[in-house]
Amino acid sequence: MDVINALVAITNYVIIPATAYGAQLALGALGVTLVYSILRFSNFAQGDTMAFGTGVVILITWGFQAMGISFGPLPTALLALPFGIVITAALLLGTDRVVYRYYRVTRASPVVMVMVSVGVMFVMNALTRFLIGVDQINFDDGARFVINARQWREMTGLSEPLTLRSTQLITVITALIVMVALFWFLNRTRTGKSMRAFSDNEDLALLSGIDPQRVVTVTWIITGALATIAGTLYGLDKSFKAFTYFQILLPIFASAVVGGIGSPVGAVVGGFIISFSEVGLTYAWKKVATYLIPGWEPEGLVQLLSTDYKYAVSFTILILVLIFRPTGLFRGKVV
Amino acid sequence: MKKLLLATAAMALCASAASAEDVKMGVLLGFTGPLESLAPAMAAGAEMAMKEVSDSGKLLDGDTVTPVRGDSTCVDAAAATAAGETLVTSDGVKGILGAMCSGATTAVLQNVALPNGMVMISPSATSPALSTVEDNGLFFRTAPSDARQGEVMADEILEKGLKSVAVTYTNNDYGKGLADSFQKAYEAKGGKVTISAAHEDGKGDYSAEVGALASAGGDALVIAGYIDQGGSGILRGALDTGAFDTFVFPDGMVSQTLQDNFGSEINGSFGQLPDSEGQGMDTYLTMAKDAGFDGTSAYSGASYDGAALMLLAMQAAGSTDPNVYKDKIMEIANGPGEKIYPGDLAKGLELLKEGKPIDYEGATAVNLVGSGEAAGTFREIEIKDDKIETVKYR
Repeated sequence: MDVINALVAITNYVIIPATAYGAQLALGALGVTLVYSILRFSNFAQGDTMAFGTGVVILITWGFQAMGISFGPLPTALLALPFGIVITAALLLGTDRVVYRYYRVTRASPVVMVMVSVGVMFVMNALTRFLIGVDQINFDDGARFVINARQWREMTGLSEPLTLRSTQLITVITALIVMVALFWFLNRTRTGKSMRAFSDNEDLALLSGIDPQRVVTVTWIITGALATIAGTLYGLDKSFKAFTYFQILLPIFASAVVGGIGSPVGAVVGGFIISFSEVGLTYAWKKVATYLIPGWEPEGLVQLLSTDYKYAVSFTILILVLIFRPTGLFRGKVV
Repeated sequence: MKKLLLATAAMALCASAASAEDVKMGVLLGFTGPLESLAPAMAAGAEMAMKEVSDSGKLLDGDTVTPVRGDSTCVDAAAATAAGETLVTSDGVKGILGAMCSGATTAVLQNVALPNGMVMISPSATSPALSTVEDNGLFFRTAPSDARQGEVMADEILEKGLKSVAVTYTNNDYGKGLADSFQKAYEAKGGKVTISAAHEDGKGDYSAEVGALASAGGDALVIAGYIDQGGSGILRGALDTGAFDTFVFPDGMVSQTLQDNFGSEINGSFGQLPDSEGQGMDTYLTMAKDAGFDGTSAYSGASYDGAALMLLAMQAAGSTDPNVYKDKIMEIANGPGEKIYPGDLAKGLELLKEGKPIDYEGATAVNLVGSGEAAGTFREIEIKDDKIETVKYR
């Protein structure tokens, strides 16, 4: 019984939250990786693109709610998602036209492009705050739980609670669908293949008649879609606040780098590595230890790191990977 | 003999009428800075008490009272000190109502009040550190120390039979001070704090913090945070994971937002906040309304009380010298004697002149304990039927 309780505690406080968080990071890291491999720079504006996309989705969700449209037990935000993606993609294309294209045409070095994206980040950050404000917004309006603590206790009679929130399930399912669709697109469609060719060798791709403008456009549209979906899922699962997306930029980059920047599979795996490390290393294992080792109740919390150091975990992993294996797990590329 | 007495009395009357002076009182509050929205109602409260005394014409020899404002900011100790210095040296005030925030208050007390021998009554500084600071009997406060809230909270929790709790606090002076004082009080009374962990405000995700709290366990979770900030995230996370069923909410968490966002999920949870009730407060609110400001604004009543206490103490001591009347403040605040409420200041002055004792109750049921700080009354609340209900005052 104690073993089961221990497993339930781990599932409730580590596995479920880390899986949902990992899926959100993976989607964000996919966007970063795509921009990196095709447009050849680290896009620091990714976090705030997520914030902007989510802000738009929230506004449209409010519109739907005002019109009385709902999605049954699912959050209305999922209905608003496609509209949010269109607007975010349009903003990214506009930004590319006004800002990035100039530097691309002049063949600016990657580090210049990174600085440019930092500038874009600040503008987008301000734009988001201007659009929706800085307050915390909860826009999850569907059924809250798949299993809640009380149901679980009645069902199993275990003393440890297990909860599965609907947003966590939605996050994982949506992320899966998006990832499958993206990999299918990159590997099976003509446009996807041309994007990969462009990524592998730009000059060769141009010689073989691939339209660079088209590749860039499609890349931004996909990035916008990924950012909006990741941001909305994060916002649904936790809560929306304009500047929290800037904070998750670090874990997102760590995910992309750990997996191997430029490698889509690496981004997904990296996302889960980072999320499980963050949650696992800062979890207090006291309860689990008490269940597993009978007759021993630890004095302390058996916590490796205080939760304050959550972001330090991803930062440390980022540094270690960059020192010892800069190409990441899946042999991404390094400009 | 009788004639002589009469003549002396008449002369004394003439002499005193001639010596009626204008007593200046400093109102040193954070008119600019992070709590600037609270300052106007506090200043209005203090000035209302001064006007009431002044208009009655019964202070000492018919003295009048003139308030002088100073800006203590809230975060800038140097600016607060300079403002305090100006009040004392160039305006020549006889007492200072202030300062507002704990940090500024400490600075003004040490740099201005102590060297100059000036009485200070802060209506709003709640840091436990001010209870033990060296003050030569010059410093008082009409606000309760956070240490007091810690004790009240500990009593409340133990009365409900909860023997162990987890504590999380917002990572600043308020949160840390409250969490520490609570832990001390609770453990002294036989409770057990399983964990006392800080949380940062303004994050999106508190699942890791909630995980640590849940692992430490306990019968309830004390959230010494802000409802508009991280406190909300912690509460949401703890509810969602089923980590805790019962929560304890100190003042930063008790608000309409709590009821609106969480009401139905936290039935049976409880908390407390500094608040006053009764005759004094009701009268004060009416007076404030007539004067055109909001008396319910935090610490407004305490400001009125602070100013009134100083003026009544002057009357009792028969002197406006801070070093003389400082000894009378505790006596007037704690009685025994006739109870004096807001609006009764003239009566209080008269009684004191006749040499009768008074017990100043004021708006906030003033009762000073320890080194001269309000015992404070706390409103104990419980969430019942999805609503915040007042259980009692203690």
